[in-house]
Amino acid sequence: MKRRTLLAGATLALGLAGAAWAEEPLKVGFVYVGPIGDGGWTYQHDLGRLAVEEAYGDRVETIYQESVPEGADAERVLTQMALSGAKLIFTTSFGFMDATNNVAARFPDVKFEHATGYTRAHPNVTTYDARFYEGRAVLGTIAGRMTQSNKIGYIGSFPIPEVIQGINSTYLHAKKVNPDVELVVIWAYTWFDPAKEADAARAMIEQGVDVILAHTDSTAPLAEAARSEGVIGFGQASDMSEYKPSPRVSSIIDNWAPYYIKRVGAVLDGTWEQQASWGGIAEDEVVIGEITDAVPAEVKAEAETLIEAIRSREYHPFTGPINKQDGSVWLAEGEVAEDGDLLGMMFYVEGITGEIPQ
Amino acid sequence: MDLSAINPAVLMATVMVAATPILLAALGELVVEKAGVLNLGVEGMMILGAICGFAVAVETGSPVMGFLGGALGGAALSLIFALLTQYLLANQVATGLALTLFGLGFSALIGQGYVGIKPPEWVRLDLGAVSRSPVVGTILLRHDPMVYTGLGFVVAIWAVLKFSRVGLILRAVGENHDAAHALGYKVIRIRILAILFGGAMAGLGGAYLSLMRVPLWTEGMTAGAGWIALALVVFASWRPGRVLLGAYLFGGITVLQLNLQASGVRIPVEYLSMSPYLITILVLVVMSSGRGRAALNAPASLGRNFHATH
Repeated sequence: MKRRTLLAGATLALGLAGAAWAEEPLKVGFVYVGPIGDGGWTYQHDLGRLAVEEAYGDRVETIYQESVPEGADAERVLTQMALSGAKLIFTTSFGFMDATNNVAARFPDVKFEHATGYTRAHPNVTTYDARFYEGRAVLGTIAGRMTQSNKIGYIGSFPIPEVIQGINSTYLHAKKVNPDVELVVIWAYTWFDPAKEADAARAMIEQGVDVILAHTDSTAPLAEAARSEGVIGFGQASDMSEYKPSPRVSSIIDNWAPYYIKRVGAVLDGTWEQQASWGGIAEDEVVIGEITDAVPAEVKAEAETLIEAIRSREYHPFTGPINKQDGSVWLAEGEVAEDGDLLGMMFYVEGITGEIPQ
Repeated sequence: MDLSAINPAVLMATVMVAATPILLAALGELVVEKAGVLNLGVEGMMILGAICGFAVAVETGSPVMGFLGGALGGAALSLIFALLTQYLLANQVATGLALTLFGLGFSALIGQGYVGIKPPEWVRLDLGAVSRSPVVGTILLRHDPMVYTGLGFVVAIWAVLKFSRVGLILRAVGENHDAAHALGYKVIRIRILAILFGGAMAGLGGAYLSLMRVPLWTEGMTAGAGWIALALVVFASWRPGRVLLGAYLFGGITVLQLNLQASGVRIPVEYLSMSPYLITILVLVVMSSGRGRAALNAPASLGRNFHATH
C-alpha cells in the first residue's frame, strides 16, 4: 500500500508538474485612443494586433480597449489590464505617456510598449515610433507638384514634435519642387473628431487650399475634399481606399504588424529588452499607399524614386542646408539631422509663416 | 496674417450650414419650453437622431428617409421623457439629464456597425448662374434643402406662436397650467405633443450633423451641440427670431476660429469655444433675479410639473 500511495502520489505530482509546464497563452493588451472603426490610426494598430494573433495562434491571447481618453482614465484602464493578467501592453498614443510610466512603476514584471513617446522612466517601458516624416516627404513632393493654387494645407492635431516633423518635412519637400508654395496649418486639438476635421478642411478649402494633408485620424478631410472640385488629399495612417482615385491620390500607411510580431516573439522567447525603436520606410513600418492615376506619370515616378532613396538610406528627408524659421542655421550643407534633434523638434523651418501654439 | 483670404460671403454661407443643427434643436426646445416643460435631454435626442438618421439613410439609400428616421428617433426618446415627467411626475431636470446620458450610450450601441461608412449624398440647390453669383448666390442660393427647412421653421414657429389659436393654447399652458386646465384644455396632452415635436426637431438637427455636416457617424459626435441649443433658447429669450441670430452666433464661432487660424491670426481656441457658455451664464444670472425672470420672457410655469387637483 505504501508503494501504491507512493506511485499514486508521484503520478499526481508529475501530472501537476506537466500541467504547469504547459504554456499558458501570453496575454497581450492593446490600449487605443480612438475607435477601431476610424479607418485610420487605431484601425492600423488593430490590424497589427490581428497579425499577432494570426502569427502566434494559441500561444497568445489579445485583449484591447478602444477610445480610451488620454489622462487619468488611461491609468485606470492600464491598471485593470495589468491586474487581469496581461504581460505585454501596447499603448498607442502619445498622450498615454505619463499613464504608461506610472503604471509601469507599479507592475515591474509587466512589459509596456508606448507608441510615439519619449519617456522610459522604468526598465519595463519601451518606446516605439515610426518615421512618419519620411512618408510626409513623399506626400509633400506630390503636393508641391500637384497644387494649382500654390496653397497646401496641413491639419495638425497637437503641437508635439511628431506633428512638427510632419509639417516641416512636408513643407521642405513641397518647396523643393515648387518654390512658390505656401503652407497653411490649422490646429484641430484632437486626434479624432470628424466634425472638427471636416470644418478645418472646409475652412482651408475656402481659403484656396487645394491639397490637404492631415495628421488627424478620420476620413472626414477626404470627404470634405470630395465635395469640392479640384481638391486632393491623402489617406492618413491607413489607405482610405474608398476615396480612390481622387481625392485620395496616395496615402501613408502605418504598418505595425512586423514590429508587433517581433516584440511579442521577444516576450515569448524571454529576450525582451527595453529599447527605443524608430522604424521608417526601410523597415516597412511606413508604407506609401498606391499612387493613383490622378497623379501625372512623371510626378509618380519622382515620388517612387524618392521612396527608394529613403528606403536605401541614401537620402534623409532632413538634410541640410536648412534654416530655422527665425533665419538661424540649423543644418549645414549636406548635414543630416540627428534623431535626438528630431525627437525634440519644436520649431518651424524657414518659410513657414505662423507660430507653434504653446 | 492674411485676413483678405477670408471671403465674407463664403464664411456666411458656412456659418449658416454650421448653425443649422443647433437651430433645429433650439427651435424644438423653444416650443417645449413655451409649453412649460424643461427638457434637458436635447443632447441625447440629437445624437439618437443622428444615428437613427444615419442608419436609415444608409439602409434605404435616401437622405429624406434618413431625416425622417432621425426625427422619429429623437421623438421616441422624447416620448420616454414625456411619460416619465407627465404621467409619473418625475423631476424634469433629473429626467432630462438621465435621458441625455442614456441617449449618448444607446446611440453608441446602435452605431457600432456604422463607423466609417459613407452616407448617401443630397443634391444642393443649383439655380445655375444665379446660384454662383458672388454675394447673394453664395449666401442664400447654394444650400442643401435642410438649411432652407430650418429657416422655414423659424418663420412657421413664430407665426404659429403669435397668430394662431394653437400657439395661444400652447403659451397659455406654459404660462399658467392651472388656469389653462380650468379653461378645459388638456394640459398633459398638449405638453406631450410639444415634447414630441421638440424631440423630433432635435433628432432632425442631429441627423443633419451626421448626414450633411460631417458626414460620418462617430460616437459622441454631437460634442455638446445639444447643450448649446439649450443655452440658445435662454439666450434668445424664447423668441424664434433671436434663436436664429443666436444660432448663427454660436454656430459661427467655431467656423470663424478655424478660418482665422487658416489665415494666420492666432486666437486661443479655448476663448472662442467657451464664449457661448459664458454668454449663457450671464443671461441666466440676469434671469434668476425676480424682476429679471419676467422681463426675460420665460414661461411662468417652466419646469413645474402639472397635476390636476381634482
